[in-house]
Order: sequence, then structure tokens, then C-alpha cells
Amino acid sequence: MTTWLATQVWASMKCNSPVQSSLWSTDSPSVGGHTLPTLTMEIVHVYTKKRNEFGRQCNFSDRPAELHVDILPDPSLASNFIERDPCDIPIQCTQEMSEHEVNTERFESDTRGINHVEGGWPKDVNPQEMEQTIRFRKKVEKDEHYFSTIMQLGSNMEHCIKQNNAINIYQEYFEEEEVVEESEEQPSAKTINVFRDPNEIKRTATCLSWHPDGSCKLAVAYSSLGFQNISPDMSYDSYIWDIENPNKPEMTLKPVSLLVCLEYNPKDSHILVGGSYNGQIAYWDTRKGSQPVEMSTIEHSHRDPVYKVIWLQSKTGTDTFSASTDGQVLWWDIRKMSEPTERLVLDPNKKGNLDNALGAISLEFETTMPTKFMVGTEQGLVVSCNRKAKTPAEKIVCTYSGHHGPIYALQRNPFFPKNFLTVADWTARIWSEDIKESSIMWTKYHMAYLSDGCWSPVRPSVFFTVKMDGTLDVWDFLFKQNDPTLSLKVCDEALYSLRVQDNGRFLACGSQLGTATLLEISPGLCTLQRNEKALATAMFERETKREKILEARHREMRLKERSRSEQSKDEDTKEGDGEESVEELATRTEAEFYEIVEAELKKRAKEQEKKVRRD
Amino acid sequence: MAEVEETLKRIQTHKGVIGTIVVNAEGIPIRTTLDNSTTVQYTGLLHQLTMKARSTVRDIDPQNDLAFLRIRSKKHEIMVAPDKEYLLIVIQNPSE
Repeated sequence: MTTWLATQVWASMKCNSPVQSSLWSTDSPSVGGHTLPTLTMEIVHVYTKKRNEFGRQCNFSDRPAELHVDILPDPSLASNFIERDPCDIPIQCTQEMSEHEVNTERFESDTRGINHVEGGWPKDVNPQEMEQTIRFRKKVEKDEHYFSTIMQLGSNMEHCIKQNNAINIYQEYFEEEEVVEESEEQPSAKTINVFRDPNEIKRTATCLSWHPDGSCKLAVAYSSLGFQNISPDMSYDSYIWDIENPNKPEMTLKPVSLLVCLEYNPKDSHILVGGSYNGQIAYWDTRKGSQPVEMSTIEHSHRDPVYKVIWLQSKTGTDTFSASTDGQVLWWDIRKMSEPTERLVLDPNKKGNLDNALGAISLEFETTMPTKFMVGTEQGLVVSCNRKAKTPAEKIVCTYSGHHGPIYALQRNPFFPKNFLTVADWTARIWSEDIKESSIMWTKYHMAYLSDGCWSPVRPSVFFTVKMDGTLDVWDFLFKQNDPTLSLKVCDEALYSLRVQDNGRFLACGSQLGTATLLEISPGLCTLQRNEKALATAMFERETKREKILEARHREMRLKERSRSEQSKDEDTKEGDGEESVEELATRTEAEFYEIVEAELKKRAKEQEKKVRRD
Repeated sequence: MAEVEETLKRIQTHKGVIGTIVVNAEGIPIRTTLDNSTTVQYTGLLHQLTMKARSTVRDIDPQNDLAFLRIRSKKHEIMVAPDKEYLLIVIQNPSE
């Protein structure tokens, strides 16, 4: 029996209604089964349902999971990819915030001027109208209170007015007199900086020169003055130091031979002139580098080391003169260094004979007296010369003798140019130009040789000296004459050079091992004391007068001696040759000496006996 | 009345006195020997200054009060004698 099943053929999913209902005959009973039609259609799903089952709930049933697709990892695909390392992953973990803007009301400011006009008038009075104001004023004046107030205020005021008229309470008393505090402090000096020779083989710092403007730089000339003491490894350099920086020199000067002396040009602070060991003069311009701009030719230079070179006062500011132990003083113009412009031979016999000449060790030139200059010699004489003399013989004016050794320093007193200081052997002496036979003042003989000295530029009675035992002495002749006011041991080796800065406060000294020491002296030694000039003038005059008197006396005595010896000579010649040979003279003097000593001893022995007897 | 005149005249004729002004509490110049513009200037400024000075003195010590105010300048000295109601201002050139 065939059951007629209504099959509804649903074609595709979109179709909700059957496309076609066809009657099929089925041979085999199939309930709830579905058969795939063999019609040529899209995907079709036949869904059979009994008619009486229509409208019933769907009956869902469980069924186990079916694995549809399983895609296994394929490692070969990994080659298409590169691992990323590092991976930057930003993470933020913050509070949530919101932003708001607020604007306050702008504060506006404005500048205005107020014109002071008469104000304060009561309402009914119009300040413009004269009548009303006058009336108001008169009314006030009639007030009783006004009367008493004014009387009282008036008397107060009068008192003050009279006070003002009597004395000016703000008057500066003693305005003219500068209150100079007498410094009770001890004179002292302290080392500020030490500049050492950077080379291994140390040379002596033979000359120092301060920079002319401001004195912030110091030029030091290094050389070796010992006889044949120069080793081939010795560096020839001289340095310019900045006083703030002692570690490294600011500039190097490279001469051809060791520099013995070095000077800044006072007119042009970039130019320096130096005298060297082989007798040549060279000049440097610090803007142009370390090499000398020009050097003098060897044929025309000195034959011995140039010990001193000084700048002259001239319109061009390029003239210098130099002195050396070969006996010559040469004048140069640095623009033309091939030949000296002038030459002077220091022959005391005024014959210009070089063999007779005295070796010059120091020079002195004062810009206030441009025609005169002085030379200090190795033989201990100071030669005063006149530059403007017509003949060379007249150039040498006079000589001053009195020292036993070479004169290492020679300087006029900046306040009293007629007096000059010489430093030589074991003493320092002060001379007056007029007295040629001896110095007017001198220090005692020291234990060590004095090597350099100079006056203080601010105080007329103060000068400085340095010795071979490394001490610096500060002398204040108004304060103490026997000893230096201050004696300071600067270093263990000998000091060879000294230079005071223009303000008188700082000084630099150079030592044998090339160490330049910068010292500051206490204000008491570099401020002009009251009456100092007057006292110094009086002192110099006094000493000069004393020396003059002594000199006059000596002259008298010598004249007497001479006249007496002339008389006795006539007698002698009558008698015959009474010349004694030197030996006889020696024996005679010896005998005399012993006689005197014995007589003295005997006298002393007698005195001793007397004393003993008395006791 | 005449004495007031006499006092003021006497003050004016002292040595060095340049001018005299009497000011009341409101700042109105009652009596003056200087010209109007100068008077107005002096009055306005000095009145305020005196008030300030007085308040300063009293701030520091309430028992205290301003007795006299002297301003010495390079050219002259301004002296102000204050009172509760009036101010007496004198400008003097102190003797040199």
C-alpha cells in the first residue's frame, strides 16, 4: 500500500514555500526520511512531515559534536614570517583626567598723572574767585584757635630757624685735612704667586719687567750668568706670565740666545726689547708671535752679554739704549736694528779707548731728565753722562766711586731725582748728584751679596733690595736706618732680580732657579705717610750737607798735606834719595805694628792689675 | 590779631628765610608769602607728608606725636610745625 506522502520540495534556503509539490510513489516506506531528488536543481533539501504533525513544536535533539574541519599547524608556513623582536606595546595606566580652561578677568593698569589743583575748599567757596577765597581766609584768621596755634607754632619755628642760622649742623669739619690713619700694623709682605721655570734645566731669572698698563703681566728673562754654565740642552725661551695664572706662561719669547734683560715699552705695551747673552738686541711684538721681529746684526752689537736695556723718551717711542760689559753703551732705533744710532765707549780717560773701558752692568735713565743718564760699571764706579754733548769726550760728565764691586742696580729716586740708589757688593748706597766722592747714606755691610734693588714708586723713603741668600729687604729710611724695616726670606736660593710694580703694592723677584715670586706688601709700606715728602727732603738735604762739609774738610786737609809734603819733598831731595824699597817698608811697618800691639797689651795688663788691687 | 601778623613777619624777616605758609587741616593755604603756584605745590605735598609722618610716629608709639618735621635738602631746609588743625611751613636757606 502506498501512502501518499505530501512531500514538499523546498528548493534552496530562500524559498519558504514549496516550489513544487509533486506526488511521488514510494515503494519502500520511509517515515521521516528524506530523499535527495534527482532533479537538476540547486541544493535542495527534502523535508517530509506527516500532515497531522504540522504545527507541532520543533523537537530538538542532541547529537554528539562532529568535527568538521581540522586545520593542523603547518610549520612550513612559518618561513613566510619573521619573528618580531622587540615588540613595542604601549600600555598606559593613568588616572583619567579632563582638561579645563579658565581665564580670569584681565587686570588693566594705567598710568595717569594728577594735576594738583587747589582743592579742599569748602563747597560754597569757588577757588577761582578771588573774592570768595579772600573772604574765607579772613574768616579763618579771625578764629581764636588760629591765633593761639600760630603763636605756639611760631615760637617753635623761630627756635629752629635761629638754630639753623647759628650753626650748620651738617657742616663737614676738617674737610681739607685728609684723615690718614696711622697704620699701627706691622709691615709685612706675603707671597701671592710663584712662577716657576717650566723647563727641566733651570735658568736664573735675571730680569723682570711689568706690563705698562695695569701691570697684569710680567715678562721674565731667563739666562745663565755663571761663567760657561750654559749646557746645550738649556732652553733659550723667556716667558711672559699672566699674574693670575702661575701654571703656564701666557706667552713664550724665543730668542736666538739667552735673554739677559727684557723691558716692556712704556708707550706701547705690545713691544718688548731684550738684550741677549751673545750681545745682540732683539725686539718682540706680542701680537706677532714668539719670534723676534728684528734683531741687531752681530757685527754691530755688543761683544759681551747685554746687561741692561732701557727705553728712551722720544717722539716715536722706538728708541732704546743698551749697556754691556764690553764697555760700550749703544743707542738703537728699533725700526732699524742693523746698526746702532750712537755709540759711547766708557773710557774714564775720555779717550774712547775700548781697552781701557769700564764694563757696564746697569743703566739709569729718568724720563724727566732726558739728556742725562748714568751707567753703573763692573769696577764699582758710577759714570754720569750727558747725551747731548758735542764730543765723545764731553759725554762723560763725572764719576762716583765708593763701591767695591759691580753695581748691579742704579736708580734715581722718583721723588728726588738728584738722589740715586746704587746696589753693589754688600751694601746699598744713596748718593747725591753733587757729592762725587762718597755716598751720603749707606746701609751696613751685610752677610750676603746684594744683587738688585729699586725704589718704591709711591714712597720716597722706601726702597727694596734682594740678596744672594734669598732674602728680600724693605728699607724705610725715615723709620729705621740701621736695619731693614722688613726682611723676608723669599726662597732658599739666591735672588737675582727685583722689580716693583708702578702702584708700589706688588713686587716680583726672580731667583737663581728661575722662580719668580710675586709678593704683596702691607699697605703701610705703600701709602704715602703724612709729611713724608717733607721729612725725606729734609733728610736728604741734611745728609748732603754733612757730606759736603766732610768733603770740604778733606780737601782742606789734603791741601795742607800736599803743601807739607811739598815742603818736605824739597828737604828730602836735598838730603838725597831716601826711597825705601817695598820690602824695607814692609818690615818697618811690621815692626811698628808689633810695637804698637805690645804697648797696648802692656797698658791693658797694667789696668787689670790696678783693678784687681782696688778690689 | 596783630600779634599773629607780627610773629609771621618776624619769622619771614629772619636770615635765610625764603617763604612762610600757613595751611589749615584741609590743605588750604591761609597765609603765604610765596606765589600761588609754588604755594599750592608745597601745600599739597607737605600736607600729605606731614600726615604720613605723624601716622608713622603714632604707629610706632601711640603715646607719641609728631612735634616738628625738618627736611634738609641740598638747596634749602623745609621746616613744618604741625598742629591738630594748622600747619606752619617755613622754607629757609641755612647759613653756609
